[in-house]
Amino acid sequence: MSDTTLNNRFLVREHHPENGTLLGFWLYLMSDCLVFACLFAAYGVLGRSYAGGPGGAELFDLPIVAANTALLLLSSITYGFAMLEMQRGKVGAVQLWLAITGLFGAGFLGLELYEFHHLIEHGHGPQTSAFLTSFFSLVGTHGLHVTFGIVWLITLMIQVGKFGLTTANKRRLMCLSMFWHFLDVVWIGVFTFVYLMGVL
Amino acid sequence: MTPDLQTLLLGKLSLEAIPYHEPILVMTFAAVALGGAALLGALTYFKLWGYLWREWFTSIDHKKIGVMYIIMGIIFLLRGFADAVMMRIQQSVAFGDNMGFLPPHHYDQVFTAHGVIMIFFVAMPLVTGFMNYVVPLQIGARDVAFPFLNNFSFWMTASGGALVMVSLFIGEFAKTGWLAYPPLSGIAFSPDVGVDYYIWSLQIAGVGTLLSGVNLIATIVKMRAPGMTMMKMPIFTWTSLCTNVLIVAAFPVLTAVLAMLSLDRYVGTNFFTNDLGGNAMMYVNLIWIWGHPEVYILVLPVFGIFSEVVSTFSGKRLFGYASMVYATVVITILSYLVWLHHFFTMGSGASVNSFFGITTMIISIPTGAKIFNWLFTMYRGRIQFEVPMLWTVGFMVTFTIGGMTGVLLAVPPADFVLHNSLFLIAHFHNVIIGGVLFGLMAGINFWFPKAFGFKLDAFWGKVSFWCWQIGFFFAFMPLYVLGLMGVTRRMSHFDDPSLQVWFIIAAFGAALIAAGIGAFLVQIGVSIWRRKELADFTGDPWGGRTLEWSTSSPPPAYNFAFTPRVYDNDAWHDMKAAGFQRPTGGFVDIHMPKNTGAGIILAGIAGVMGFVMIWHMWLIAGVSFAALILTAIAHTFNYNRDYYVKADEVTTTEEARTAQLAQLA
Repeated sequence: MSDTTLNNRFLVREHHPENGTLLGFWLYLMSDCLVFACLFAAYGVLGRSYAGGPGGAELFDLPIVAANTALLLLSSITYGFAMLEMQRGKVGAVQLWLAITGLFGAGFLGLELYEFHHLIEHGHGPQTSAFLTSFFSLVGTHGLHVTFGIVWLITLMIQVGKFGLTTANKRRLMCLSMFWHFLDVVWIGVFTFVYLMGVL
Repeated sequence: MTPDLQTLLLGKLSLEAIPYHEPILVMTFAAVALGGAALLGALTYFKLWGYLWREWFTSIDHKKIGVMYIIMGIIFLLRGFADAVMMRIQQSVAFGDNMGFLPPHHYDQVFTAHGVIMIFFVAMPLVTGFMNYVVPLQIGARDVAFPFLNNFSFWMTASGGALVMVSLFIGEFAKTGWLAYPPLSGIAFSPDVGVDYYIWSLQIAGVGTLLSGVNLIATIVKMRAPGMTMMKMPIFTWTSLCTNVLIVAAFPVLTAVLAMLSLDRYVGTNFFTNDLGGNAMMYVNLIWIWGHPEVYILVLPVFGIFSEVVSTFSGKRLFGYASMVYATVVITILSYLVWLHHFFTMGSGASVNSFFGITTMIISIPTGAKIFNWLFTMYRGRIQFEVPMLWTVGFMVTFTIGGMTGVLLAVPPADFVLHNSLFLIAHFHNVIIGGVLFGLMAGINFWFPKAFGFKLDAFWGKVSFWCWQIGFFFAFMPLYVLGLMGVTRRMSHFDDPSLQVWFIIAAFGAALIAAGIGAFLVQIGVSIWRRKELADFTGDPWGGRTLEWSTSSPPPAYNFAFTPRVYDNDAWHDMKAAGFQRPTGGFVDIHMPKNTGAGIILAGIAGVMGFVMIWHMWLIAGVSFAALILTAIAHTFNYNRDYYVKADEVTTTEEARTAQLAQLA
């Protein structure tokens, strides 16, 4: 056996295929997107089934939702800043921007919970009509995602602090970045499709 | 205990949930308990727990996970088939005054469990097991893209399956049919825990399926050996890729719709209720948007298996490789455009029904192209009728009949007559048994020597094949006849005695299939007994064509000492034709992932959480949810996930292999 056949038929060094994490995570996000698609579809079907109760025009408080939207969009910008600092390799700055992002996220959740509480207190809970069922599930599922995003963000802040900006941690920050921006995109859909069209 | 405390801790669970008044269940429980105790005792006596934990349960080796999936599928096949036998016996005796041995509430659970188990816990694990085992070997990779996730996926599937098994002895299973349509499955009409068992077992197993889909797509896209372009991938890898795309694009819909159903049941929302604006038809639409792609998730990989088998045992390159790929992709896309044919009768109107009727008929075109490709591969081939080839030929005959009755059902006016009749039951068993199951049996016989280093006994394989093949026709042809006469599905009793003879023939068919399953188990036993005579040291017992046959049987943990370069879509055949010599020296360190127990622990907690949610044990549910999240976070603090197999160790393994091959020569 000559060496050339060996080289032609085999890699004679260890083969390291490209890392698939970002692709895999993106695929997961697309599957999550389909969960939201189903919830949007449910809202599309049930969104006008008020069962004799109030509709969106009477219930939605647009100024609160506008503040909410602003908080979430700002949090995406600050996450972007965290990523820029990650490129520069500054651990402290990354953590600071992550913390600000997390606070914006928490503010968003606070306002959403206030809105939910207000609706339920006035007897407009998710059990009262199919419209409210689909509203609470769609908006609530988004809120749950933001909650998990914040838990993940805190975990990553600790890990970046403890282990530094290693390759693995950079990859994790990239994944959370995709997740966070994805939630933003979904929220724009919710804002337009549920709130703006709801009060029309 | 005070009632409050009891409710807090135990929820709805009480002694009444144990079905000790049902003799069939008590006997089953006794058998399971004795068998289980014997098994656990034997494992402890032979001190196998440590071995199982280290080498299998915590293993992230795709080959071991694949084998575990397949073992799980075979175990559940026995359970699902026991349900089938009970139904066939009940329907063959319950005429007139004879009510049979299964009361309706039990019969309804039996047919629901049969459907759920056969699809989710037999066909899915078997298919996923093959994809896990074979795909990395076919593309020349060392493992999948996310080895830990792979282990976790398996245990989530197993955890979901365990919940279905538990429902047999604690509480009950759903009485709704395998897709649990509301309003019947809603809290108003199914207040018991049956539907909750259904929901939680599928949700937990669904997480596993989805993640395994993501994993295999990333594996196939990113980890192919150098030179293997998309159009040089083996056809089984292609069908696996399409299947996993379907999984990622379909399973989230199942997750979402089951989550909506659980909100209706647990929180009292109104997605699918009869009042306050709920819409039950939305459930039926959504579940079939998952459900139709699901049948292609099952059948596409076995089309891949048949393609590999036909070309190997005809000694020829697969006829029409490119058309096979395009047909697979077209089926992948079309499978999303046909879901409404499952409920033509529900009043969508003539234009909608026509659209979905036509798209359904169009699917038969790429499927027909595949059948012709297989026939042309066999044409003028040197065909060896080994057991996998028998299953393949049996499939071509049986599946074509099933496909044609499917096109018949795709005609909306015909469907109005046949909807929910036994004709439908005969049709989908015709394609799922004649397609998926035959393919899985072909796959087991084909790849078993790769996984274990010895062939399966051919005699018992043939007995099993003929019992299945003949038994299938006896069991399901009568159902076509009954369906055409208007007999509907899911009946536990009949009044018209003239129908009985058909049901007796069907029961005879089920007995033949039982013999087929028995022969399959005997085949495995006999093969293990005679493993020395059946041994294969070449690693290539059938004259294979793809890369999995280029390594030893069973392959070493790292699969290939050196990653192969690929020039042709029958890579191994091409290597053999070029006079390839196995490398015997110069080995280097090999990069491998490390085993971890995180997968089985997380899935175990998820299973416990499912169980306590089913029984409304809110306190434990909260605790187990917190435990799940904290364990997952703790796992992310483990950065030490890979290691290098040292070149010395590779050299030792490969030299043993060289010596083995030298003995053969």
